[in-house]
Amino acid sequence: MIDASARRRTIAVVLALGAIVLATLVLTSRWALPWLGGEGPSRFHGRDVTSENWAADFSLSDASGQVHTLRDFRGKVVLLSFGYTHCPDVCPTTLAKFAEVRRILGVHAQRVQALFVTVDPARDSAQILRAYVPNFDPSFIGLRGTPEQTDAAVRSFHASYQIVDRHGEIAVDHTASTYVIDDRGNTRIVTPYDQSAHALAEDVLVLLQSR
Amino acid sequence: MRALSLLFCLCVAAGPAIAAGDANVSPALTVSDAWARATVEGQTGSGVFMHLMSRQDAQLLGASSPAAQRVEIHEMRVVNGMMSMQRIEHLDLPAGKTVALEHDFHIMLIGLKQPLQVGRSISLTLHWLDATGARHSTNVVAPIRALNSAVKSSSAGKRD
Repeated sequence: MIDASARRRTIAVVLALGAIVLATLVLTSRWALPWLGGEGPSRFHGRDVTSENWAADFSLSDASGQVHTLRDFRGKVVLLSFGYTHCPDVCPTTLAKFAEVRRILGVHAQRVQALFVTVDPARDSAQILRAYVPNFDPSFIGLRGTPEQTDAAVRSFHASYQIVDRHGEIAVDHTASTYVIDDRGNTRIVTPYDQSAHALAEDVLVLLQSR
Repeated sequence: MRALSLLFCLCVAAGPAIAAGDANVSPALTVSDAWARATVEGQTGSGVFMHLMSRQDAQLLGASSPAAQRVEIHEMRVVNGMMSMQRIEHLDLPAGKTVALEHDFHIMLIGLKQPLQVGRSISLTLHWLDATGARHSTNVVAPIRALNSAVKSSSAGKRD
């Protein structure tokens, strides 16, 4: 036989559990549902370009000549940067940052692929890329294409580059940002050059853990 | 007393040695943390990074090195996400202030005669003007560090 007080206790417990479930739902969906928290802070350190639906992609060859498109990296979060091997500071610093991101992510790094796209394919031969890129991490892939393929790749990421000849010294001004592409091939975040490895790793982790 | 005279003798003996060191360690320009980034076969350029501190106002005019055909001072900027490098004619070294040739500035080696290998070093000579307009040269030995070495974070460096 159930008396009235026992029934009230049961109702109280059910209500409390319901409140906890509701609170959890609200808290976890706070980022996904901006209307719950007004504008709310961006969920990323970098610039969120999700809503811009870039459909960025490329068709470029790795050092062994194999042609890749973004489709080849489905299931992984891709870190992509444009650069060239003669670049003394920005490009190696960015690639060293990608290696640091992998270290920070630990086991999660298995689902992260770093790509280095040369904007100087005339000088950056497959041989140079093969010698250069793995210095940062053996998993990193260097990609190159014809000038047309390079142009198309750069344009699709809303980036730019310009080959500058200063008295015979070729420099390539280029976008120094990092493009973060989710495991379904959508470009989600643009990270400025000077953003830390920790901030980038946190953004990557958000993408790895959201489904 | 004997100890004092011994000390005096040591000082006198050390004097010329310090003077003879002028070419490497100029009393007015201090170079620290110099290093060059390693290269792989086929790369013909690389960067050299260092800290400079001049006791009086001075100007770095350029550099030369037997390792490269040409050496330039470069300014690096990232504007609206776009990185560009510019050769600059000179770099001001305000008295007593440490100027970092990393991030915003670097010394660019152009036309490397051979790849820069980790563990070795390159020598270069900095050419600079002191406050009176007199020209000086300071020799620097920059060890070659791995390609993936990061420049030390500085004010121009990282942010979260």
